[in-house]
Amino acid sequence: MTIPHKKAPNKTLQIRPSPHISGGASVEKIMANVILALMPTVLFAIYLFGLAALVTILIGTFSCLLTEYLFCKANGKPSSISDNSIIITGVLYSLTLPPGLPLWMVCIGGIIAVLLGKLLFGGLGYNLFNPALVGRAFLQAAFPSAMTTWYPAMNADRFTSLPLSTLTFPFTTPSYDTISSATPLAAMKFDQILTDSSDLFLGLSSGSLGETSSLLILTGGIYLIARRMMRWQIPAGIFITVVIISTITHNISPNTYPSAQFMLFSGGLMLGAMFMATDMVASPITAKGCFIYGLLIGVLVMIIRLWGGMPEGVMYAILFANAVSPHIDRWTQPRPYGYRKTKS
Amino acid sequence: MNSTSLAPPSSWTLFRALVSIGVICSLLIVSVFQLTASTIKKNETKLLDQAIAAIFPNADTKIGYKQLENGQLKKLEQEAISEQQVFAIFNQKQQLLGYVIKAQGMGYQDTIQLLFGYSPQNETINGITILSSRETPGLGDRIGKDSKFLANFKQLTVKLTPDKIRLLHKIESAKPSTEKSPWQIDSISGATISSRAVTNIISINAAEWIPLLAKHVETINVGN
Amino acid sequence: MEIRTKVINSHDKTPSHSDEFIKGLWRENPVFVQVLGMCPTLAVTNSAINALAMGLATFFVIVMSNTLVSLLRHAIPQQVRIASYILIIATFVTLVDYLLQAMSLTLHQALGAFVPLIVVNCVILGRAEAFASKNSAARSFLDGAGMGLGFTLGLLCLGMVRELLGSGSLFGFMLLPDNFEKWTIMLLPGGGFFTLGLWLLVINYFNRRKVQS
Repeated sequence: MTIPHKKAPNKTLQIRPSPHISGGASVEKIMANVILALMPTVLFAIYLFGLAALVTILIGTFSCLLTEYLFCKANGKPSSISDNSIIITGVLYSLTLPPGLPLWMVCIGGIIAVLLGKLLFGGLGYNLFNPALVGRAFLQAAFPSAMTTWYPAMNADRFTSLPLSTLTFPFTTPSYDTISSATPLAAMKFDQILTDSSDLFLGLSSGSLGETSSLLILTGGIYLIARRMMRWQIPAGIFITVVIISTITHNISPNTYPSAQFMLFSGGLMLGAMFMATDMVASPITAKGCFIYGLLIGVLVMIIRLWGGMPEGVMYAILFANAVSPHIDRWTQPRPYGYRKTKS
Repeated sequence: MNSTSLAPPSSWTLFRALVSIGVICSLLIVSVFQLTASTIKKNETKLLDQAIAAIFPNADTKIGYKQLENGQLKKLEQEAISEQQVFAIFNQKQQLLGYVIKAQGMGYQDTIQLLFGYSPQNETINGITILSSRETPGLGDRIGKDSKFLANFKQLTVKLTPDKIRLLHKIESAKPSTEKSPWQIDSISGATISSRAVTNIISINAAEWIPLLAKHVETINVGN
Repeated sequence: MEIRTKVINSHDKTPSHSDEFIKGLWRENPVFVQVLGMCPTLAVTNSAINALAMGLATFFVIVMSNTLVSLLRHAIPQQVRIASYILIIATFVTLVDYLLQAMSLTLHQALGAFVPLIVVNCVILGRAEAFASKNSAARSFLDGAGMGLGFTLGLLCLGMVRELLGSGSLFGFMLLPDNFEKWTIMLLPGGGFFTLGLWLLVINYFNRRKVQS
């Protein structure tokens, strides 16, 4: 789905695939639907991690909203909060964070996400990268140890008390009250311990707030695809490459490389493929382009996961593909009717 | 202002100009090199001695060796710092304390260079010093600072097989949920990759050097 | 290598000697106004000491090469001038490399490959080509000193911010309390880009206000 009137103005004639008119969809409407599709994942995160997830999502979203509001005000521009897109950025950003992350870090990441990821490029429709991932990438680079300390899911007192680290005084080092648990991907990479695929699918494992339940994310994504508010080519491209590559490597060496189910349902792949990679502005326009973009993300994810230094690579894969997507658009520009291929 | 002549200068003029500048420059470089060479050498030796003293506090003299292709050890002059691969460390009474081995290998971002000490009497590795690394600040660079991690290498068992051809146990990272053996190393949580890289470098180099040193212990003991 | 030549001297009015020195500090600051020499600016400013050492090394090279280029400006034919400048600059970089090793080996290791890379710092070649080849030795010396100092100041501005946030210290002295959570990104190359961007933002903001008022 593209938002033609919000795209960067271009003096040359743009050729886009039809149909050009889609039944009354507006930015607000699409964004509201995306929020609806994200709701199951949000609620499940709160169920798994309790108050920690609730405050993280609230503060993360609020810091994004406030940044956008203040920036618009300071620059004398009309406020762009009402188009709902900033709420999505805020919620998606919060969902990528580990539970129990100090709230002051959540705030800083939210400010960076909106300011550096979106507003400095010119606001909605102009951002090169997915703002939510820009915020997360900054936090990952700035506070690597806090970003890789995982609070275990399903704690008994999760609805009555907050983890100690959440309320850390701003700019100080967090201290942790519970032993952190490794994410399934880290356990696989560093200790060769495999987590059960059905646990992964249902989401009963440790990880970022929103990367746990593949089932609920898939449901939300399918809802959006059914309402034609999301390009199915992108997640399809990602899943196909991930399945193909992991099946091949798993068959070559089953002990070193995990199976396709594990790769599909672990880490941020589901959330990334369904909600991050499909960011309407940062992804390509044409259907063919979207598929190529999906393939690129899938390949990068697998390379980073299998042979890279880090256990998870969805974030960097998507950010990299975001940077490439204008070029993908150029290669896949459909030939206007009656034109011949120009020989170079 | 430059006076630009209309006719281009001859090649000889250009040649002369470049050569004379070259001569001036080489004179400058040679004289500064002569002035600083001894100080630089002194700095290098000092840095190395500090690193060795951290591993063998009673060290008095050292002899550097390098391995030849035929598996023999060659004694090197004190000055040949860059070529030396292993040092035999003696105390004031000229008794062999142990060895310090230079090792390097791939870390998370770039090559890690380190020294590790080996004591044949105790059959242990007794300390490491990271010489240079470019690991992530705050995470990977803890391999040189984390006292808990460095304590792993204070009393690390490296027993030789009875025929002294290879190590009895391979040095390796400790696995979670199994009991730690005295030849296993606990990684730093949050810097798994860098700490495993260090373990790996030491494991490979210990397996190569320690049997070799055991073979040559007599020649080394008499200072050859 | 990028060389941006600026028209420094208008022929009708020769600037004073002190002006040649001062212009490099702020009005034509190599880091913040000309945005030249970004490779060392971004790479070695992760601590104030590194920034200072890099700045002073560049200062030495730029002053010496400017003076020598200016002294030899009538002897160097137009056709081989760039080759000659590079030869002269490379010589002084080699000297700095030796001197730094003699002074502190640890500092030399921290700066790593970036000391030899001073050769390709476009500020230095830019000054040789745009200024020293056309002006007297005294003026070139002052110009080099001003530019070198301006460059050092620029690097220090970045280095201090990055060290304070990234290590909680300044020039190696712990300033912030122990429980300050260090911003690792500030020590990585990415932090260099962020800090430079923010400094440019601040400086452009003030410059624009000055123009408006």
